[in-house]
Amino acid sequence: MSNIVLMPILIPFFGAIFLLLLPRKVVIQRILALITSIVLILANIYLVYYVYQNGIVAVTLGNWPAPFGISIVGDMLAVLLVTTTSLILLATLIYSFYSIGKPRERFLYYPAVLFMIVGVNGSFLTGDIFNLFVFFEVMLMASYVLLVLGGTTIQLKATVKYLLINVIGSAFLVVAIALLYSMLGTLNMADISQKISEIHGGNTGMITVVAVLFLFVFGLKAGIFPLYFWLPGSYFAPPIPVLALFGALLTKVGVYAIIRVYTLFFYNETSFALPLLSTLALVTIVLGVIGAISYYDMKTIMIYNILIAVGVILFSVSLMTRESMTGAIFYLIHDMLIKGTLFLVIGVIIAMTGFSSIKKFSGLMSVKPSLGWAFFIAALGLAGIPPLSGFIGKLLIIEGAFSVQNYVGGIVVLLSSLFVLLSMIKIFSKGFWGEKKGDFKLDIPYRKMMVPVLFLLVISVGYGIFSEAMYPLITKAVDPLVDPSIYIQAVLGE
Amino acid sequence: MELLMSILIGLMFTAATYLILSKSLLRIILGTAVLSHAVNLIVLTMGGLKKGKAPLLDTPGLPVYNDPLPQALILTAIVISFGVTAFFLVLAYRAYQELDSESVSKTRGHEADDE
Repeated sequence: MSNIVLMPILIPFFGAIFLLLLPRKVVIQRILALITSIVLILANIYLVYYVYQNGIVAVTLGNWPAPFGISIVGDMLAVLLVTTTSLILLATLIYSFYSIGKPRERFLYYPAVLFMIVGVNGSFLTGDIFNLFVFFEVMLMASYVLLVLGGTTIQLKATVKYLLINVIGSAFLVVAIALLYSMLGTLNMADISQKISEIHGGNTGMITVVAVLFLFVFGLKAGIFPLYFWLPGSYFAPPIPVLALFGALLTKVGVYAIIRVYTLFFYNETSFALPLLSTLALVTIVLGVIGAISYYDMKTIMIYNILIAVGVILFSVSLMTRESMTGAIFYLIHDMLIKGTLFLVIGVIIAMTGFSSIKKFSGLMSVKPSLGWAFFIAALGLAGIPPLSGFIGKLLIIEGAFSVQNYVGGIVVLLSSLFVLLSMIKIFSKGFWGEKKGDFKLDIPYRKMMVPVLFLLVISVGYGIFSEAMYPLITKAVDPLVDPSIYIQAVLGE
Repeated sequence: MELLMSILIGLMFTAATYLILSKSLLRIILGTAVLSHAVNLIVLTMGGLKKGKAPLLDTPGLPVYNDPLPQALILTAIVISFGVTAFFLVLAYRAYQELDSESVSKTRGHEADDE
């Protein structure tokens, strides 16, 4: 029965393969992709229930004993993230039907999306560090295709940079894994954790080197401070549904990998690696804020908001207390949902106005008030106004920071919310209020495009309002993070 | 032997870095190919370069045997890097068609800066 944990990987995989067989039948592609994502959501919700009842589910492929076979581990954190991923997948797929255009759909857009989901879900669920690399590559290969699909000049420019950055990043990921393997002789993440805690005192210098290498590699994907310069340019290029998938999922996979690796392997590395993570996260917040308030382009503002969120989550992770971890997980799931929502809302605005810069239009409120209020609620959720979903996570993060006397970090996170709100209100006041300027295309399928937006918005608002109901799940997700022995025992079964 | 391999890997990393830092897209692709080969050699070296027998089961008294795992890892890494390199070459060709240049200086900047 524990094989059920493979479902989040297998369902999109088989879905994608079926879609590859019928490349030119757009309607069939849409229906099959939709069915796949709905089945995926149902399977994931059942998986959450199963993990809640039975604790961490681990399956070792080929029935080899645990440190030798490849483990797929479904702990609560991974399962929750997989579920969030599938919700965003459904919304972006529905949104794509009305916006991505037939030419892209004919060139295997849906299979590429599903393959990316295979990689994302695999990265969340894998319990083997080399398989993390493999699933990362699956995800990245699909994301290269999605980024360049359509072949416009700006997309080609962005993909060249994105591809080069990620090839180098992946090379260093293998280097880090090789160094770790040479020291410990194992690839199973639970086993690595155990062996690292055993060698304490002897070879910790090299362990720190590996910790920093992992931070470099995953930080590159997540977009933390010195490594984020590729991100605004690359994410600017693709069409909105792809951007929503990237913004909501890809950076979060990097964040998840940092959380997993740092809580499982390097939780003792408080002398160098953790302070480094903490500092870089805070600088990321500051630079993300500067970017978010200095641009007038909606997409770019949102992209810099991704950086702010990544910084907030990683800062919270670096504190390594139970409270801050709970905050980080709350905020991580909230951020995936709200980023998906906001990118799709902005997509509707761009479809209607034809511009992504708010200097080019204003007074959208007089045309579509419903769009304005949807954006407004999502923006407040992003900034963390209670009772919307950003609030509870940020509250826990700041409490966690103050309780370990990290006042600077807490205040930076607090102030960052203010600037996030400022950057969002800038879009709202310039684009929606004011005199009506620019011509608005009203022939777009507005209601159909708003369906996925409202779907995600309702889930996000519900996540905030019913955070009390989510709390037991989040607690279960945090348990193995603050006490790795739970995870180790579930995988190795000792 | 490990020392020799380490020096070789260092040289390959140097060459890769030099190539990746150049302006021509083709040189950059060659650089990434060299980089991935250097990485594969690291994996091989990290497993330990013993001159031993094949790791067969049920062979009692086998004193030295090679670790098979790094080779499996390298195989995977090679396949992935081949795939990525092939994709990169096609991408470079398309970019050359579209931008009329194989210099990366054409890909600079962020479009939102122009407004």
